[in-house]
Amino acid sequence: MRTLLETRLLPAIAVAAIVVILPYFFPSAYYYRIGALVFIFALAVVGLNLLMGFAGQVSLGHAGFLGIGAYSVAIGPVHFGAPSWLCLFAGAMLSGAVAFLVGRPILRLKGHYLAVATLGFGLLVAIVLTNEAGWTGGPDGMSVPKLALFDWQVRGSDAWYWIAGATFVGGFVLALNLMESPTGRALQAIHDSEIAARVLGIDVARKKLTVFIISAMYASVAGSYLALFNGHVTPEVAGFLRSIELVAMVVLGGMGSIVGSLVGAAVLVVLPQALTIFHEYEQALLGLILMVFMIFLRRGIVPSLAAAFAGWRK
Amino acid sequence: MMILEADRLSITFGGVRAIDGVSIAVESGQVFSIIGPNGSGKTTLFNLVSGIYVPNDGNVRLAGESVTGLAPDQLARRGLSRTFQNLQIFSRMSVLENVMVGRHRHERTGILADLLHWPSVARQNQATREAARAALARVGLVDAADRPAGSLDYGALKRLEIARALASEPTVLLLDEPAAGCNPVETQEIDHVIRAIVKDAITVVLVEHDMRLVMNISDRVHVLASGRTLTEGTPEQVRSDPAVIEAYLGVHGSQEAVRAFD
Amino acid sequence: MAELLQFISSGLTVGAIYALVALGFTLIYKASDIINFAQGEFVMLGGMTTVFVALAGVPLPLAALIAIVVTTAIGLALHRLAVEPARGASPVALIMITIGASIFLRGIAQIVFDRRFHSLPPLLGADPIQFGGAAILPQSLVVLASATVIVTLLWLFIDRTLLGKAVIATAANRLAARLIGVDTRRIVDFSFAVSAAIGAIAGVLITPIALTSYDVGTLLALKGFAAAMLGGIGSAPGAVVGGLLIGMIEALAAGYLSSNYKDAVAFLIILVVLISIPQGLFGRAKIERV
Repeated sequence: MRTLLETRLLPAIAVAAIVVILPYFFPSAYYYRIGALVFIFALAVVGLNLLMGFAGQVSLGHAGFLGIGAYSVAIGPVHFGAPSWLCLFAGAMLSGAVAFLVGRPILRLKGHYLAVATLGFGLLVAIVLTNEAGWTGGPDGMSVPKLALFDWQVRGSDAWYWIAGATFVGGFVLALNLMESPTGRALQAIHDSEIAARVLGIDVARKKLTVFIISAMYASVAGSYLALFNGHVTPEVAGFLRSIELVAMVVLGGMGSIVGSLVGAAVLVVLPQALTIFHEYEQALLGLILMVFMIFLRRGIVPSLAAAFAGWRK
Repeated sequence: MMILEADRLSITFGGVRAIDGVSIAVESGQVFSIIGPNGSGKTTLFNLVSGIYVPNDGNVRLAGESVTGLAPDQLARRGLSRTFQNLQIFSRMSVLENVMVGRHRHERTGILADLLHWPSVARQNQATREAARAALARVGLVDAADRPAGSLDYGALKRLEIARALASEPTVLLLDEPAAGCNPVETQEIDHVIRAIVKDAITVVLVEHDMRLVMNISDRVHVLASGRTLTEGTPEQVRSDPAVIEAYLGVHGSQEAVRAFD
Repeated sequence: MAELLQFISSGLTVGAIYALVALGFTLIYKASDIINFAQGEFVMLGGMTTVFVALAGVPLPLAALIAIVVTTAIGLALHRLAVEPARGASPVALIMITIGASIFLRGIAQIVFDRRFHSLPPLLGADPIQFGGAAILPQSLVVLASATVIVTLLWLFIDRTLLGKAVIATAANRLAARLIGVDTRRIVDFSFAVSAAIGAIAGVLITPIALTSYDVGTLLALKGFAAAMLGGIGSAPGAVVGGLLIGMIEALAAGYLSSNYKDAVAFLIILVVLISIPQGLFGRAKIERV
């Protein structure tokens, strides 16, 4: 029984070890910031991976939920004086509710219809955030008060590194749990053959909605963290480019690979930092990466490496 | 007792009446076969009965209860299961996992428990795993349990689909051309599997082309042609019915067949 | 009344552009089942290339021609280099490739060109024509007339020429088309080239009115796609009707409701159409065989 537990959670333990050990290699405090950003995005990517890689649905507007989470911890404290941690929680609930309302009608769609519907959703969120300047500060965004936990104001990249890292590991464990559960098996079944899943008694619509809501909440928490960490938020957080970045991270790391979520996030967060001189080339590079991977390495980095490794061992 | 009944089912696709006023009545514990030349509507009839298509006319009753227009997952919960002619295997999952999905309607957990992996989930997983292994044993696939489903050969995949359908503990099992594409050895295996299923008091409704299998195993045979019922009866009655031979082989062919049969 | 005329005329003008983008989508979709998100970039490239080539001293008509040729070449390259190698991938994978291509083209455009807005001189002068109290730009008439010509030419081509029939055949059943000797690869090449050319022409025509910049492509692609979905994806007349409708609804909403939410109109329409009539106004619902 204990060995079973160990094997199941091994990837999570490995990742937790990485989180703990990594700072020893940081040449400067600046790297805490990069690490925090990687874990924040990786959290969102895990959620999106559950939806896309695992359950086989597509969402090209997922940054919309990132935006809802981000603006919840901005609007809540600034306009209502509510504590940030409560707004984070409320934002996740709101994202879940929005996912429920939007998901019910559009998850009936498949393939490119679903892709475009989610795209439309994401864009609508970005437009609302840009236009309702009274609440959101308009295109220039608004500042976000720092997170305060029991009299302690959370500031500094190192604090956020640990918070984001711990939350990511938590989200990782939840995802691993889901995969080894009746719901997880049902989702994988839906991905491979919806009709067979139906015929075995799986309420396909309900399962799709469930995973959509879960992935929305993951993104919302990540968005809240992003806003709290940066101290500022603009409507771009919910924009089209952001959504595509998230998808690119899923694709890069490997659709359906939870570990791949970390890899994908790491590559696409670190790359722009490494290429600061070539900052202008960011968009072109993102587009190129997406194309190259979808044409030649559709499985993504981690599954391809795993397959190569397995082949090499023979 | 009639476990599955269909009354004057009809469905039209873009002007073509694919099924026209077909009625069937399947007795509990029987093996009921539906045969007919290509294009006669066998799979369409299956799809009507298993909730994949909604009929334009007529109704379907399962154990006396009207189930017309119910979705496939609702029918599954009422004890109806089926396999697919073109194999709908979950190719990304292992053989065992495929059959574990078959246990879905008997599993009881909620999303929160699943996310947090309560002990109840671990116990559920274990029970499901064991039941799935038992189903695999019934079709002779236990040794392949941990292999990726996509790596099995065709005949084994057909048996896997049956195991998966069995895992849901149906009262009625619809098999859509289980022996299609199988060689004589594989067909024999399918024959044994079906006999074993029937022994467990599961009613089997079969669509099949392999006449030897059909004649050997069926209690009743229903013949379709051009979307309508041609005739129904015991295997002996049907095999020697000239109208049936004509439907399959045409007038000239049927004259030849009369000579061939004796 | 004058106001209404104003909105309708500007709505039809921009709607004509959406219609041309939608037509480009439809052409490629018909020939290959692919949704080409880079469609909007063809419009952007048409406008921006003309601007920059003209800035280099080339006379305007020649600059426009060069822009159209360059964009057409890019369209072909998109097919050969990005889409063709991924033959057989899932529809979603193909969408992501074209999205990647569109972002790539945008990224390159902002480096090769710049990030500012640019304009072009209108074809027939800048003085608005008075019509029933509304001021209509001559360029609007140019856009509408050109769009009509393009749509008619395309229709004649598909309906009356052998190559046109080959496109239809490829759209209906790729394998069958190949079996009767149609070079389907060339056909898809052709559809990408023509879509790119149409997009580029639209870009050149609309720039005098709506300006152009490196990132106009994305929004145009989405609205053009909304138009194609509204009309029924795969239906050329549907694309045109859809484009004009969205253009007009957008203009009316901007005029009478809120100009801020102008862009949201197209996306709301996408969602509503997909939820209630996914096959669009002129499309046919698909029956899935199991």
